[in-house]
Amino acid sequence: MPKLTHRPGFWGFLFISPWLIGFLCFTAGPMITSLYLSFHKYDLASIQFVGLENYRRLFQEDPLFWKALKNTLFYAVVTVPLGITGSLIIALLLNQNVKGIKLFRTCFYLPSLVPSVAAALVWQWVFNSDNGILNTTLSLFGIPGPQWLQDERATPWAFAMMSLWGVGGARMVIFLAGLQGLPDSYYEAARLDGAGSWRCFRQVTLPMLSPVMFFNVVLGIIGSFQVFTSAFVMTGGGPNHASLFYALYLFQNAFEYLKLGKASAMAWILFTILLALTYIQFRASKRWVYYEGGDK
Amino acid sequence: MKRTYRDGHPATKTLVYALLISGAVLFTIPFIWTLATALKSGEEFASDPGRVIPRHFVFDNFHKAWTALPFARFMLNTVMITVTTTVASVFTGSLVAYGFSRFQFKARNFLFYTMLATMMLPGQVTQIPIFMIWRQLHAIDTYYPLIVPSFFGGGAFNIFLLRQFFLSIPKELDEAAMIDGASYIKIWWRVLMPLSGPVLATVALFSYLGQWDNFEGPLIYLNTPEKYTVSIGLRMFQDSFGTNFEQVMAASVVHILPTVILFFFAQKYFLRGINLSGLGGR
Repeated sequence: MPKLTHRPGFWGFLFISPWLIGFLCFTAGPMITSLYLSFHKYDLASIQFVGLENYRRLFQEDPLFWKALKNTLFYAVVTVPLGITGSLIIALLLNQNVKGIKLFRTCFYLPSLVPSVAAALVWQWVFNSDNGILNTTLSLFGIPGPQWLQDERATPWAFAMMSLWGVGGARMVIFLAGLQGLPDSYYEAARLDGAGSWRCFRQVTLPMLSPVMFFNVVLGIIGSFQVFTSAFVMTGGGPNHASLFYALYLFQNAFEYLKLGKASAMAWILFTILLALTYIQFRASKRWVYYEGGDK
Repeated sequence: MKRTYRDGHPATKTLVYALLISGAVLFTIPFIWTLATALKSGEEFASDPGRVIPRHFVFDNFHKAWTALPFARFMLNTVMITVTTTVASVFTGSLVAYGFSRFQFKARNFLFYTMLATMMLPGQVTQIPIFMIWRQLHAIDTYYPLIVPSFFGGGAFNIFLLRQFFLSIPKELDEAAMIDGASYIKIWWRVLMPLSGPVLATVALFSYLGQWDNFEGPLIYLNTPEKYTVSIGLRMFQDSFGTNFEQVMAASVVHILPTVILFFFAQKYFLRGINLSGLGGR
């Protein structure tokens, strides 16, 4: 029997062990613990088993839970489709053979380089109802802008708008990388067959890009459910809970009210929702995602 | 640079330019306006907040913001945390990616897909137990909770990017080095790493951004103001000096600027490091 260190498999396992240890300590273990906590009343000092009480109370006696869920769903429904479309359009534009492309790329990427607290402060300003840049601009066209962060009907839109500022970020870069990975020969073949730009896009670019799109949609939805910093800094959840997003309410329960059992139950409800959404997407993906060289 | 709809109709080209320019303006306005506000005096801001180029450039806001709170200290703290986590992520991440891309072992694919699946786990699920772990270890109000996790590969997406890039490097190079008697560690360090500049730069940038921007982590774990990072400091600054918008904007610029400078230098490598072939199922 050869020595263990002579076996490549041993080395492979050794090399991935940092991730594996991290996974066990910071992901798998905490997941189980958090599920356990969700059936308990826990405030860091004492722990008491309560069964499904945390869940029952959230569903039946906590209007803020429903409010937070509704806000977050609205945010996801508005920002994910617009964000994906916007990222794709920018990536398509930046994939063109034009001059000064580096400068344009930097301009579009710039918003995602702005740290989220700084971004929140900047946007608080943009949305300022008296002399903020948005309402000042709107007034030039004779449109009276709403009180973006004080009027509970306008606030959800303000947050959606702010999120769209980031469409030139990582998601766009992933689209762009996908576009640049497409072989020119496909387009040449399509052109020879007499396809115009639109048909090239519909029948070559979109199908070839669909795995990247799928990746962006799945992670985009998950990301949109976790909006936190902007709401925490700009409004603290107000006005009248209009920007109380799920992650913010969860954070408040966990680290401000120290209702760690309830917060854990909220985390698992979130996880279940996201799992269900992801599962539906994987099922639906069979109809629109094209994998090269196989029907996997 | 490759292109898809190469050299289209002149009209198309004009449209592309028009869209690119208007988009670029739209996206940079909040940023430029932040900079402009930071460079205005309080009076000028009050009378003419929308003006993009200040009538009088004033640098006083930076000085005031910088001294109102110990921002130099916050900056130093943030740099220390960010540099450590970035270096740790790149090193351990590339080791893990080396393991996943070059070796056959039991359950390799299962573990790889498990790793990819963790990208779909919302952080809130693990947040509270991880907090309990650090509390148990008496590490609250230290930097350990912010730094230590990056020593375990630096996140699934980074490992994935590194693995994809390693797969694109011909295996013959490894084999040649092995014939010369190189150990596995040496192959990783001497063969793969030198060829992986673009992906290493990309992963470093992503790790850097993640940590520089980290707000929730320091918010949960740090209590002593001297230990604060810039993002928490900025939030504190807003709380106490929120009405002096010029100064808040000046402090924000200080938070933004290092990243923009870094991106400027890294952007040459940035996009080339992303190889997405694996998203297509293999």
